[in-house]
Amino acid sequence: MIVAEAKPFAEVAGMIGGCRRLLVVACAGCTAVCGVGGVRQAGELAAALRIHFRLKGLELETEVTGVTRQCEPEFVGELAEAVARCGAVLSFGCGVGVQFVADRFAGVPVFPALNTRFAGGFTVSGAWEERCRLCGDCQLHLTGGICPLTRCAKGILNGPCGGVQDGRCEVGWDVPCAWMLIHERLAALGRTELLRPIRPPRNWAHTSAGPRRQGVSTDDSGK
Amino acid sequence: MTLESNLARLLREGHFAVTAEVGPPKGASADPLLQKAAALKGYVDAVNVTDCQTAVVRLSSIAAAVHLKAAGLEPVVQMTGRDRNRIAIQSDLLGAYSLGVRNLLCLTGDHQRFGNHPEARGVFDLDSIQMVAMVRRLGDPGEFLCGEPIRGERPRFFVGAVENPFAGPLEMRVRRLEKKIEAGAEFIQTQCVFDLERFRRFMAMVREHGLHRRGRILAGVTPLKSVRMARFMRDQVAGITIPDEVLARLENAADPAAAGVSLCVEQISELRKIEGVAGVHIMAIAWEQIVPEIVRRAGLYPRPAQ
Repeated sequence: MIVAEAKPFAEVAGMIGGCRRLLVVACAGCTAVCGVGGVRQAGELAAALRIHFRLKGLELETEVTGVTRQCEPEFVGELAEAVARCGAVLSFGCGVGVQFVADRFAGVPVFPALNTRFAGGFTVSGAWEERCRLCGDCQLHLTGGICPLTRCAKGILNGPCGGVQDGRCEVGWDVPCAWMLIHERLAALGRTELLRPIRPPRNWAHTSAGPRRQGVSTDDSGK
Repeated sequence: MTLESNLARLLREGHFAVTAEVGPPKGASADPLLQKAAALKGYVDAVNVTDCQTAVVRLSSIAAAVHLKAAGLEPVVQMTGRDRNRIAIQSDLLGAYSLGVRNLLCLTGDHQRFGNHPEARGVFDLDSIQMVAMVRRLGDPGEFLCGEPIRGERPRFFVGAVENPFAGPLEMRVRRLEKKIEAGAEFIQTQCVFDLERFRRFMAMVREHGLHRRGRILAGVTPLKSVRMARFMRDQVAGITIPDEVLARLENAADPAAAGVSLCVEQISELRKIEGVAGVHIMAIAWEQIVPEIVRRAGLYPRPAQ
């Protein structure tokens, strides 16, 4: 899932300064599951913002609502009446959700309440870790189900580098060396021969020419 | 202009090679480099110029190499994949070759987190192994990574890579060394050796795989200047191990720097006895002036004619 974290309060307060009415929109998708984007968090931040502006002698009215997923136009469309009442939106969606809300309501400022961090899952309750860089060229069958692009600090494909010590990565001794994990796992599977071939440089072409698309006809000819 | 790498020739002829590491200055003048060059000239077969080591911005390794070459030393340019993608690397290498650089050491690079711009985006488009393979193809058959032919002169570098015998299980290190040689590395520079016992075991495995015949191995050595430096390297620098007895010798010495130099000279003499070690690479960190003394006392002076 997409893992996000709350932006610092001062940053959010700064970006909405000048708004009189604000629609605060939770998302019941990924950001709610990782405990930062649900209706409860949206309600708490709305209350905190009202108090913050009242102490400055300013009045902010907030309306709190939520949608099933902000990354789907159909659900975002449900917000139309509330958006019309408020004239500004604070979104608790991920970066995708914020943009879908902005797309749908062209004349309305939309603010992000969260920083979208990565695609991952929780390793222990409440601790989230990145597991996928969304590179579009999955090689996990070659690496024992452990992604070196994501979990190696340098994203190298022919590891480990010389910075491993006691199975840990030099960038942080709490980080296991992804390539050591790969070696150990492939050894346990009796498949270390997979480590022998030199893995060629990656093809980044499909990740660097504007937003990636799927299910739409694209013209690859360049003409 | 030299047509062939002198370092390659010496190694091919079976000389025990001596190279030294030189870090470029953190400023825009070549003077500090030229002072180091004056100290090293005649005592080493080549000088290895770091490419923003530990991710700290310094004068470019290629520019530094050109200054050193003008001062009469043979440079080895280090090139990392941390700050350049495949386009920039190939372009810089064409430029380096056109300026007379003939030796190249390919590294993935220290992570930017350790440097003075930890906010920088690390590139890492190619790892060291992929870079070695790419550079060999530039020379022969003379094509870019994309497969397009090079027009006119091809850059035929003498290509090296590094290996750290002290990081992780030995078996894995030897396997990675094999991949580097498989990719086309012609010489290998190792991380500084303090733990001779482990290095001997590493070399035994290297010989079992016949890798010492396919790539020339230069063992890294570093003179320890003080107890503080030794402790710092042991505790803070990833992939360096310093045995207790080495540290104890410095601690018990009236003059730790002199003890460090003696230790380095002894290490070189031990390394020369190991089959498959084709030379030493002296990394006298911020202490290049000591290299001539080490080379003399190790019995490696004078150097063969260039």
